[in-house]
Amino acid sequence: MHSDVSTPHTTVVHPQGGGLVRTSVRGASVERAQGRIGLIFVSLYTLFLVAFGIMPSLYAIFLAFTKRGAFVGFDNFVKVFKDYRFLPAVEHVGLYLLVWLVSLVVLVVLLAVIVHAVGVRWLSTSMRFIYYIPGALAGASSVMVWLFVLDPTVSPVSFLLHAFGLGSFVETVQADHLPITLAVIAFWTGAGGWILVMYGALNNISRDVIEAARVDGAGPIRTAWFIQIPLLRKWISYMVILSFAGGTQLFVEPRVLSQASRGVVSQDYSLNQLAFLYAFKQSDFNGSAAISLVLLVVSLALSVYFVFRGGLFERV
Amino acid sequence: MSASDTPLHGTDSSPGAWLGRATAMLVLLTFAAFFIVPLIWLLIAPSKTDRQLLLDPPFALGSLNTLLDNWNSLVAFQGGLLWTWIGNSAFYCVAALAITLITSIPAGYAMALTEFRGRRALLAVTLIVMLVPSTALVLPVFLELSAVKLIGNPLAAILPFSFFPFGVYLTYIYFSTAISRDLLDAARIDGASELQVFARIAMPLATPVIALVGFFNFTGNWNNYFLPYVMLPGRKAPIQVGLAELLSNVPQFNPTNAASTTISLSALALATIIAIAPVMLVFLFAQRFLVTGMTAGGTKE
Repeated sequence: MHSDVSTPHTTVVHPQGGGLVRTSVRGASVERAQGRIGLIFVSLYTLFLVAFGIMPSLYAIFLAFTKRGAFVGFDNFVKVFKDYRFLPAVEHVGLYLLVWLVSLVVLVVLLAVIVHAVGVRWLSTSMRFIYYIPGALAGASSVMVWLFVLDPTVSPVSFLLHAFGLGSFVETVQADHLPITLAVIAFWTGAGGWILVMYGALNNISRDVIEAARVDGAGPIRTAWFIQIPLLRKWISYMVILSFAGGTQLFVEPRVLSQASRGVVSQDYSLNQLAFLYAFKQSDFNGSAAISLVLLVVSLALSVYFVFRGGLFERV
Repeated sequence: MSASDTPLHGTDSSPGAWLGRATAMLVLLTFAAFFIVPLIWLLIAPSKTDRQLLLDPPFALGSLNTLLDNWNSLVAFQGGLLWTWIGNSAFYCVAALAITLITSIPAGYAMALTEFRGRRALLAVTLIVMLVPSTALVLPVFLELSAVKLIGNPLAAILPFSFFPFGVYLTYIYFSTAISRDLLDAARIDGASELQVFARIAMPLATPVIALVGFFNFTGNWNNYFLPYVMLPGRKAPIQVGLAELLSNVPQFNPTNAASTTISLSALALATIIAIAPVMLVFLFAQRFLVTGMTAGGTKE
């Protein structure tokens, strides 16, 4: 069942928490002293884990299945799913994810491979640095920068916007361009970090393998396609899973764009915005918890899958 | 068509190889421009008036006087509200940083180098929670904290900011690779207590991982918008939330706004620079160190 994860020396802890068997080789008293200090050292962190990881999730589950404290089954979910704003929000987030993930995978891998192949040291270093800088901006400030870039009247690349037939800010943030716009913003802030990670992984591929490929007559493109990219697979899937989980949470970008575009971008564009409206505009915490729970379950499922099947637990 | 990884120092001088190298170079530079041009524009914008922003070429410099004017109008906005926001951010992030280090460094150490009941279960939960995006928990944490009436209290930001499983994971990986259990066992045989082992052997070696955890925690929290936006309304908001607040005082974006104080576009650009300055400084100073740290993440096998 765990054939792709288990090696003779690793044991996989099942989510149910079975299999904590460890054989002791040290003296019992040392073991006890270690057990004590270990528990003390993790206690504060465990407290935070319970208070801000586990408790809120349990509370959200409780709220999602109740109404004024009484159990109502799936009523809250049904109500939320039937909300006329729900399906469009799913569609918005889905389209955005599609555009973003495809461009992320293709461009990050392409750029990492090229940067890795650059022989001139300073050029490679400075490229990596330039790609990484926008990572310092996230949240509202990156959207703020893009408000300027996307406004054809002040944009440094207004010629590009005009070339696409966009004459005003309101036109650039029309609903049908929005998945692309949001993907560009997310790519701008996030891609650099992933390029660094991929670059590190490429450095890790042994020179002999690459050399052997060259001797066999493989050019740079074939080497990348048949050797480097397959060896990057684990990191690519890590990137896709984390980015997918993060992308479903879309909130700040459409929220600030909505504020800046006088409502051209709607306030209920993404699922998290809808959950926010439920809590703050309609004071319906149960409905809000139901949406949050759906999003949380998606993220949790992806992360559990990756931890246990994707090999993250292998090294533990 | 694109020769994606032609070594740019290649010795092959056939026309095809040359074309490949040129294409690869073009791709690199195009993306460099994509990443850097918006930032360069942002740095220039505050030195111009809004009129100049609209009419002058995008990269023409403005004047120092205009920059000062923009600075003054920004500082005067609602009696220096900008500094309140910055102060809030600093307070929340520094407090959270301290708590994060106190909780996660010992925890990562204990998981890597000691044995205790439930170690592997705790590790598994940490890995799983680490991969869940923090935004997924914002509304559930809000619902929880509003049940205990903490909304509006600085703790409503500081405490969730201090829960940082990624930091525990980094520390865990660092200690399991940087220090061998044998070394600790040798110290134990020499009669060192568990606390001494931690303080005298592990801590002196921990500086790099403390810096790394601190960096990710601080920058992540400084840039966090969603959580404080929900938890801390009004004057208690940090700068990221304040920045979005400024936006509704910019007439270009909000013509219906009747507020007496308005913010010009170029002052908004200046505010953005001020908001990102602390993180940007950390980034520039820690550059070499960070690039190594990030790539190390990719090389650990």
